[in-house]
Amino acid sequence: MNPEERHIFSVLVENRFGVLARVAGLFSGRGFNIDSLNVAETHDKSISHITLVTHGDAQIIDQIYQHLNRLIDVIEVTDLSTAGTHVERELVLIKVATDDPQKRTEILQVAEVFRGRVIDMKPTSLVLEITGDEGKLKAAIDIFNTYGILELARTGKIAMLRGKEN
Amino acid sequence: MELSGARILVDGLKREGVEYIFGVNGGAAMPIFDALYGETEVKLIPMRHEQGASHAADGYARATGKVGVALATSGPGATNLVTGIATAYMDSIPMVAITGQVFTHYIGSDAFQECDVIGVTRPICKHSYLIKSSDEIADVVAEAFHIAKTGKPGPVIIDIAKDAQNNEALFQYPETVNIRSYKPQVHGDPTQIAKAAALIKEAKRPMLYAGGGVVLADASEELQQLTLNTQIPITVTLMGLGAFPETHPLAMEMPGMHGSCCANYAFTDSDLIIAIGARFDDRVTGDLSKFAPNAKKIHIDIDASCIGKNVPVDVPIVGDAKNVLRELNKQVSTADIDPWRDQIQEWKQKYPFEYEQKSDIVMPQFVIEKIYEHYSDAIVVADVGQHQMWAAQYFKFTEPRQWLNSGGLGTMGFSLPAAIGAQLGCPDKTVVNINGDGSYIMTIQELVPAVTMKLPLKVFIINNMYLGMVRQWQELFHGKRYSAVDYHDNPDFALLAQAFGATGLRVEHPEDVEPALLKAKGITDGPVVIDFIVDEEENVFPMVPAGAGLGDVIRGLS
Ligand SMILES: Cc1ncc(C[n+]2csc(CCOP(=O)(O)OP(=O)(O)O)c2C)c(N)n1
Ligand SMILES: [Mg+2]
Repeated sequence: MNPEERHIFSVLVENRFGVLARVAGLFSGRGFNIDSLNVAETHDKSISHITLVTHGDAQIIDQIYQHLNRLIDVIEVTDLSTAGTHVERELVLIKVATDDPQKRTEILQVAEVFRGRVIDMKPTSLVLEITGDEGKLKAAIDIFNTYGILELARTGKIAMLRGKEN
Repeated sequence: MELSGARILVDGLKREGVEYIFGVNGGAAMPIFDALYGETEVKLIPMRHEQGASHAADGYARATGKVGVALATSGPGATNLVTGIATAYMDSIPMVAITGQVFTHYIGSDAFQECDVIGVTRPICKHSYLIKSSDEIADVVAEAFHIAKTGKPGPVIIDIAKDAQNNEALFQYPETVNIRSYKPQVHGDPTQIAKAAALIKEAKRPMLYAGGGVVLADASEELQQLTLNTQIPITVTLMGLGAFPETHPLAMEMPGMHGSCCANYAFTDSDLIIAIGARFDDRVTGDLSKFAPNAKKIHIDIDASCIGKNVPVDVPIVGDAKNVLRELNKQVSTADIDPWRDQIQEWKQKYPFEYEQKSDIVMPQFVIEKIYEHYSDAIVVADVGQHQMWAAQYFKFTEPRQWLNSGGLGTMGFSLPAAIGAQLGCPDKTVVNINGDGSYIMTIQELVPAVTMKLPLKVFIINNMYLGMVRQWQELFHGKRYSAVDYHDNPDFALLAQAFGATGLRVEHPEDVEPALLKAKGITDGPVVIDFIVDEEENVFPMVPAGAGLGDVIRGLS
């Protein structure tokens, strides 16, 4: 077996119903994995941007690239992991238990370290918003886990190539 | 002028030059059938089962190279089309399948005869459209035909809600189609083609390996030029048969599981494989770890995802076979490979397809040989099983589109309806349907429209009273435990043909084979069915057992 690698694909598609199913079906039908998937409209309403994180050996990654390209509704596919340097971000919402009021201050301090924002606060819980790359989010989640995470939702990675130097 | 959606659809089909549309009527498609009523430019061919409709459209497309069109109602009509759509998809056949859908306000409500056709067919079509409004129809029809026939061809589904068929809209048919997200790459990269030419020059044991893609690209002429220019031996796959004449001295015949020993040994010893519109299918390569261990590979294909999928490739060339071969032909000359050509001739002579003739019983291979003798110019439509392999082995195809079969999906029941489509598409040709007793009965109902239209089809059943191909595997790999393959309860196919209104003959003795074939030749006012009762337990050889390497081919005799 060849070594597995993680790849981030940036995919521009026609903004039509059924397109996501075609993309997802391409993976499920071939037993390829999707690690995360983010889809939303771009500034051009007729186009959606998909950021798709997947893994596999070089042959599988090549097949994923080719099959994405083969879909009629796919306008452009970029393998960000090979096409140059890129920027990526993910946003996570974490609802942390604050039953113990003592702990609340501590949690808020930790949130500060991660540049987290409190977007909801209730007597027994609060919801934090944290943005970052994979490593930062993992560190944050690990810490908040020690306080008790009630609920967690993440956007999945979004990514794009950096701008040209000149 | 405002026209109903159904009218717009039919007028669109006319713009696309559609001659025939194969269908079965039903509630959600009634407006379309109504619009087709009395039409003479687009002729509606009522079939007896939607599977028959999709295979007929497919057979028409394979025989003519044009887009085949099938039509069905929603729900069960659409699901019955599915096998034919998948069959066309696997062999990259240009097809447009039109299905009626329930009224838009019922979609998603589990309405009567509602089925998510787009969902069901997603993995087995090139593209699909759900139309909810009449004003989308003209554009979608133009796009669908464009997508079906360009690039790597394939089936496209148009699912039209009943209200969209009924409501009126302006008929404005697009003059050109431009889909920003769909631009097939037709011209091969010149540097890659030059690399390929250089490899061909160096090779000592090169071979050409051509597949169905050559037929689809109408590139047989260019392939023949390449073969003659280089004098490199060639093997043509089951899907490509006829792309290069099997009667030529350089032809090694088909490779793979039931292919010629010569082609399989050549793969194993070759130092350069030039693959053209062929996809290194597992039925061709056998165990990949033992496949062509010493060969560099050049792979020409219109579908980039096909290249490097099964076998690592040294020189990938994405492009249309016709264009790429034209360019390649400018850069090659006769290969200096006499010892290799001698080796190929030796294998060819030593290991021809052969069988043991018997005097008291009809051998299936003998029937095929005789069919070839008397119908060598015919279009041959085979079904799936042993008879398909014998037909591929013993009939020597010389023209592209002369051999039609379901190679990729291996769909039993394909051949009779496909033969109907082929005959309508090629009225001046004789169409021979080589069928199996098991396969025939899967779509036997399509004999009805063949009789009604007085199509002079020659339906030749190689009747071994078994699902023979499966029985062969049971004999070889399951200790002769003949589970669910015994078809001795077959009806009398000759009598049955007569009941359908066709001519029905039965042949049980070797000396009757030829007279029956000659008699069939003279019957031109409708289909003739000959039930050839053949040796029941004859096996197809050579055979590369599943999972074995091509070098481990079982030759069969002695
Ligand atoms: C629809 C379908 N069902 C099952 C099979 C599996 N299968 C492959 S060959 C074969 C036997 C075909 O029997 P017959 O048509 O009598 O041909 P023979 O092999 O006897 O020549 C079967 C059952 C198939 N290919 N297609
Ligand atoms: Mg049989």
